[in-house]
Amino acid sequence: MSDVNGSGKFLVGIYDDDDVVLKAVKDVKNAGVRIHEVYTPFPIHGLDVALGHPRTRLGIAAFLFGLSGTLTALALTFYTEGYDWPMVVGGKDSYSPVVYVPVIFELTVLFCALGMVGTFLVSNGLGPTVKPLMYDLRTTDNKFAMAIDLGKNNIGESTIEQILKKSGAAEVNVKQF
Amino acid sequence: MSHVTSAVRTPLVTGGKTYADVTEDISRQVEGAPTREWTIAFTISVVVLLYGTACVFWTWWEGLGVWGLNKTVGWAWDITNFVWWVGIGHAGTLISAILLLFRQKWRTAVNRAAEAMTIFAVLCAASFILMHMGRPWLAYWALPLPNTFGSLWVNFKSPLVWDVFAISTYFTVSLVFWYMGLLPDLATIRDRARSKVSRYIYGAFSLGWNGSAKTWARYEYMSLILAGLSTPLVLSVHTIVSMDFATSVIPGWHTTIFPPYFVAGAIFSGFAMVQNLVLIIRVVFKLEDYITIEHIESMNKVITLTGSIVGVAYLTEFFIAWYSGVEFESYAFINRATGPYWWAYWAMMTCNVITPQLFWSRAIRRSIVWTFVLSVIVNIGMWFERFVIIVTSLHRDYLPSSWAMFHPTLFDISDYIFSFGFFFTLFLLFSKFLPVVNMAEVKTVIKSSSERLPVSVSGVAKGERVANPTFNKNIE
Repeated sequence: MSDVNGSGKFLVGIYDDDDVVLKAVKDVKNAGVRIHEVYTPFPIHGLDVALGHPRTRLGIAAFLFGLSGTLTALALTFYTEGYDWPMVVGGKDSYSPVVYVPVIFELTVLFCALGMVGTFLVSNGLGPTVKPLMYDLRTTDNKFAMAIDLGKNNIGESTIEQILKKSGAAEVNVKQF
Repeated sequence: MSHVTSAVRTPLVTGGKTYADVTEDISRQVEGAPTREWTIAFTISVVVLLYGTACVFWTWWEGLGVWGLNKTVGWAWDITNFVWWVGIGHAGTLISAILLLFRQKWRTAVNRAAEAMTIFAVLCAASFILMHMGRPWLAYWALPLPNTFGSLWVNFKSPLVWDVFAISTYFTVSLVFWYMGLLPDLATIRDRARSKVSRYIYGAFSLGWNGSAKTWARYEYMSLILAGLSTPLVLSVHTIVSMDFATSVIPGWHTTIFPPYFVAGAIFSGFAMVQNLVLIIRVVFKLEDYITIEHIESMNKVITLTGSIVGVAYLTEFFIAWYSGVEFESYAFINRATGPYWWAYWAMMTCNVITPQLFWSRAIRRSIVWTFVLSVIVNIGMWFERFVIIVTSLHRDYLPSSWAMFHPTLFDISDYIFSFGFFFTLFLLFSKFLPVVNMAEVKTVIKSSSERLPVSVSGVAKGERVANPTFNKNIE
């Protein structure tokens, strides 16, 4: 995964509470420490903003996939019913999108959903053979971990440990990948 | 305190649970050996499934002549069962998508089980489509294959083809939505796993999830868009199913009221099925603190509302049949209520319109026994609704010489029983091997909606919350 760069040596602050870790992110950043990433058992609103992560562009991907679904459905129905083998059924116009609305809608939703989920998995590097980089196994249970890449910080290890402790970390561990 | 629930609002999680308690309580049944109750229930389901499978294969081997169909009544139990199961399959996505958009937090405890139910119910519905084709090995003819392959393209102007697209899209999107919701919880099970085998299996299915802030942000965004997509999708599915009938010229079917009436009925029966399953799950897996009486009452309110909509639709149909002045239409409805299938009509009326009105009483709405019994009655009523619509409209043809009756055979009944075996086998497998409550989502409501706020630690005093406007905005 693209998570590992720098020295591969991390200081991991373990927090017990979501509100504490959210405040700690600001404190640690203000103290001049570069945070690698925070790992949590459930989503904390505003955490990505506090960490300075850019806003996700998943919405753009979703729109484009949806649009491709719409166009596919239009092409499919117009080609088959309008051009290749027109059939008069109920006097409905073969070149009218109105009668194909259900098919167009369903394919739009299908392409959009599958495309977006695929994009999500690819952009996060998720897949069945991926071995997760777990900074602490308890972060999928009840703990919140803040990982500091020592190779990307000029501040000394003990100082960072002090800053993490002061920000509310219950424990600070070293993790080497 | 930054996010406090009003004292008027009752808690969603009782028993003063902490984050670790949530993980422990819900992972327990996945990690432990199967209980005796589960093993017995699973054995029965598999036996029923095997019997049903044998009957379904016999139906295909002999042909649809083993059913009670005739030249006049060409659709009966097959399509009744199909519509019934598709209808049941509406509650899960309604709970996970529409209630997410409406920020109804009580959905967090029941959405996982309801979505699983949706997926299995849609599979049961699809099995009746395959059955009623008679030659299931030609099922791919329903797909738009090139002209050289068969004689013609599919007819894109037909609601039956719209159905192929609607049901398959609905199934796929529901499955993806459900699986994405499972990822964080699968990772939890993976990280707790003691045996190598389960660590490997749950590890593979959790796709390497590690819960980083970036992943969560994208995940939440994706869930919101999926919910936005699923909301019109769930409404479109039963709309299109209703068009299978409404676009025809059969008296009793040819009505513009069908789409909203079918959608309301679908949600009605789906919630009733969720109630039945959830009431069993909460007792068997000891999840009373997560699936509380509040959850059950909320769902009963939805049942009351949609049941009333269905009741209004029944009366409207009758009124319009008279008001339109079309004699075939009027006859179809008088025949429904007083003809040879009067008992089916009145079973439908009683179960769908009269008994659910008992839920106006708070005591009944909050009673587990009443909820369970009334939910079963709702689903009996909803099955009869589809039977009434399909069979009573067909059995009186335009020509009186073609009038006929439909009598179910052993294979009509057995093929229906098959779907129960199929459904409960899948549902029991789900309830054993996957967490039945969404742990990650329940953890997000612990602070705002728990009976007792967890004791805060280091840095922040108990009861005092760090001010964070972003967080508040999303909570409230």
